[in-house]
Amino acid sequence: MTVEHTAVGRRTPRVDAMDQTTGRIRYADDLNPAGVLVGRQLRSTHSHALIKSIDTSAALALAGVKAVITGADLPVSYGILPVSQDEHALALHRVRHVGEPVAAVAAVDAETAERALGLIDVHYEPLDEIVNLDHALADDLPLIHGEGLGQNVHRKAALEFGDVDEGLAAAHHVREDVYFFRGNTHAALETQAAVASYSADGKLTLWSSTQVPHYVHRSLARVLEMPAGRIRVIATPNGGGFGGKTDPFSHELVVAKLAMLTGRPVKINLSREDVFYAHRGRHPVLMWVKTGFESDGRITAMHFKSFLDGGAFGSYGPASLYYTGALQATTYRIPNYRFEGVRVFTNKPACGPKRGHGTPQARFAIETQLDKAADDLGLDPLAIRVRNLIEPYSMTVNHLRITSCGLSDCIDDVIKASGFAEKRGKLPPGRGIGLAVGCYMSGAGLPIYFNKMPQSEVQLKVDRGGGVTVYSMATDVGQGSTSMLAIVVAECLGLEPGDLTMVTADTDLTPVDLGSYSSRVTFMAGNAALEAATKVRQRVVDAVANHLEAVPEDLLVEGGHVHVVGDPDSGVTWAEGVVLATVADGPLIESGSYTAPKLAGPYKGAGVGISPAFSFTACVVELECDAETGLVDVADVWVAHDIGKALNLLHSEGQVEGGVYMGLGEALFEEHAFRGALHRGPSLLDYKIPTTLEMPPVHTTLIESDDPEGPFGAKEVGQGPLLPVIPAVANAIHDALGVHIDEVPMTPDKIVAAMRNSARGGSGRIGPSAVPDFDFGEAVMVEPPEGFVAP
Amino acid sequence: MSERILELQVNGETHRLLSSDHRTLLEVLREDLALTGTKHGCDAGECGACTVLLDGRPALACLVLASQIRGKVITTIEGLSESGQPHELQTAFADLGAAQCGYCTPGMILSSAALLDEVPDPSRDDINQALAGNLCRCTGYSKIVEAVHFVAGGGQDR
Repeated sequence: MTVEHTAVGRRTPRVDAMDQTTGRIRYADDLNPAGVLVGRQLRSTHSHALIKSIDTSAALALAGVKAVITGADLPVSYGILPVSQDEHALALHRVRHVGEPVAAVAAVDAETAERALGLIDVHYEPLDEIVNLDHALADDLPLIHGEGLGQNVHRKAALEFGDVDEGLAAAHHVREDVYFFRGNTHAALETQAAVASYSADGKLTLWSSTQVPHYVHRSLARVLEMPAGRIRVIATPNGGGFGGKTDPFSHELVVAKLAMLTGRPVKINLSREDVFYAHRGRHPVLMWVKTGFESDGRITAMHFKSFLDGGAFGSYGPASLYYTGALQATTYRIPNYRFEGVRVFTNKPACGPKRGHGTPQARFAIETQLDKAADDLGLDPLAIRVRNLIEPYSMTVNHLRITSCGLSDCIDDVIKASGFAEKRGKLPPGRGIGLAVGCYMSGAGLPIYFNKMPQSEVQLKVDRGGGVTVYSMATDVGQGSTSMLAIVVAECLGLEPGDLTMVTADTDLTPVDLGSYSSRVTFMAGNAALEAATKVRQRVVDAVANHLEAVPEDLLVEGGHVHVVGDPDSGVTWAEGVVLATVADGPLIESGSYTAPKLAGPYKGAGVGISPAFSFTACVVELECDAETGLVDVADVWVAHDIGKALNLLHSEGQVEGGVYMGLGEALFEEHAFRGALHRGPSLLDYKIPTTLEMPPVHTTLIESDDPEGPFGAKEVGQGPLLPVIPAVANAIHDALGVHIDEVPMTPDKIVAAMRNSARGGSGRIGPSAVPDFDFGEAVMVEPPEGFVAP
Repeated sequence: MSERILELQVNGETHRLLSSDHRTLLEVLREDLALTGTKHGCDAGECGACTVLLDGRPALACLVLASQIRGKVITTIEGLSESGQPHELQTAFADLGAAQCGYCTPGMILSSAALLDEVPDPSRDDINQALAGNLCRCTGYSKIVEAVHFVAGGGQDR
């Protein structure tokens, strides 16, 4: 059935678009309350050292300095996950990476603050530094968290679903491949900023460029040891997030403390260099994957190992670890699956969630391995994928519930649009085409801290003039969540999105939404808004029906009017309807909420990967690759994304295009690179991201599989489209030159090395040769879910 | 630190202010004149977020000292609209989805305005070249280039 929509499915500009283009929108660093002081953080020059002493007296004595604090002033630990409360706002006793904040000042201006930092005297006692996986797995180096020597293992996991040994034994062909995905970072254009103000009656307000005001709120209460009710967090519009603003950060806690100590507003704006130290970007992951295939390409079993270099702190690490093993079976029917993974600590800035959180690395591995297996078996890349394709409305072997799934349509679309079948293996030397697919969650099934409350709540208040105000803590990081809420509510109430007043991301004013991460907002806040709007609509319809002496079911709410179906001249205006409803039942204020269904399987770690719905993407990349220089020029990208239903065509396309862009940057050159423990180039000159000159045309198709639980059938689009881009590039490079680049980024030097290796009669492969021999412990054996059918 | 009186022509207004010699135009615009539409992204000339127009040509406000301006006419994103009407690039960027987080948008629009001033009918290559110094992390540039192309074509889809 085709449903006629009025607000949903159009090309709708953002509700704040003109404020953005005229320079009126205010980001955190644009806020300058009267009397605001400048805050600055002193950062560690050591990668791993004990802090023997800190002398702040000279800094405090400098004219214009209002406060100086150190770790002792904020001694309570914190961290985004309840299981990794291992950070301090300012280093306490020990520093764990270069750039870790050690002390902070508030001063009348930036020059004074900078000078004060130079007057703080810190005495360090250096410790051996742990800078890579080999160091971390050695047992004779100091523990980064804890005392003494030992392996710097943060978390490990071992899970088995079905019988992998049996599946591999039964295979016609078994492949083992090793991959390395080097880390990279978000590089949002806005550097993080936070402003704090403390009132005379003891109430703290923090404005911050955060994706997660609710979690920052909780962290402030914990670290400052204040009741949450005395703290207000307002997430300002984020100048890009991509996961880089989803942890509570040192500067947010520090600026709050400084405001409390000085009685004046304080602002900290991180420098571009600071942002590279705050990081929380993509983990470097070393991977080993062994997969068995039937002669027709069907997968019999997969054994996947991942080794994550987590940097200095826990952050989202336990989740990141499980994510590297969670979504392998969501695109292909894998009957037997074993995942072993370990995350280690190193003396580098902490890694965390970046667009795709832990899954792009694994996706790169399995999608390139599938192409290799297809070659081994004399199959083509399309055939091997189709043979293994996941079924809509099925369970994966690791207990993930798949509902709507348009992956088959996505693949058909990009194959046809790109001419893949006619081109693959037939393009001139140096030109190649590659295919890959991916899958991502429409919101993490569980909140970050255990609780049974809704994951999103939305409130609507209707003014007596008919104006509708939407209150939601959903945080716009550029993805357009505020506009999405406006579209959902407008559709339900027969209004225009631009007519609504949106109040968002404010812990005092708006009911809780957990934040902009895990692609959860459209699905969860969208459903909560729909429930609230449906209640408002029903009240107006009931009141108008009573007034017209009609049956509520016969009434239509559209175009600012409430009338009997088929008789637009009957009825009342929306505003009159609102008055009738208010007279009938009091204030027209309603709320809605969303709680994900219980989806977790019966094992530890099952909370990672579950989602009320999954998006699917297929991507074809065509490129030129110079055999002499290794330079890659991407010619075209075709991408089809199963979004369930596009609530806003314009910005859904924009999310796909942005995901492709970020994927290409990661595939070809972005790397958070270190020399030992020292960042190689914490600047946008050294950390290169694609410009207009590197971007190829992106041909986007949105596939609408109409999810049964999504608002109007919608699913996520913010993260999924990135996933297949990276392996599609790798597969295209192989088609172009016959070499396998098993390490991301696929930079020219690696391509040239692979070509030389090939010319010398080698395999033409560049990448790691082995993974460490690590004891993951005995795998927890998990029965496949009830009703699981092996292919 | 020596200070001097600066006279700056910004968005059609003359501002006289006392400023230290070492302060950048970006700092003076944002901090002294409260023109926060000009964005800070790197302070090193790498990202283009602080692009303003000096006598109609794009310049990076983080790399120019305010004391060096000497009579040049400065246009920021706030000054691009005339008599309260947004510039057609501002409307096109909004309507065609060229802004996601919006942080690069003022710089992008000003670079685009300078291009269209010089090359009224630019090719896509011209647009790509003109915007190559303005980084965007959200859009993949497609819709930005589309919006500039749209305005160049007199508001027609081409």
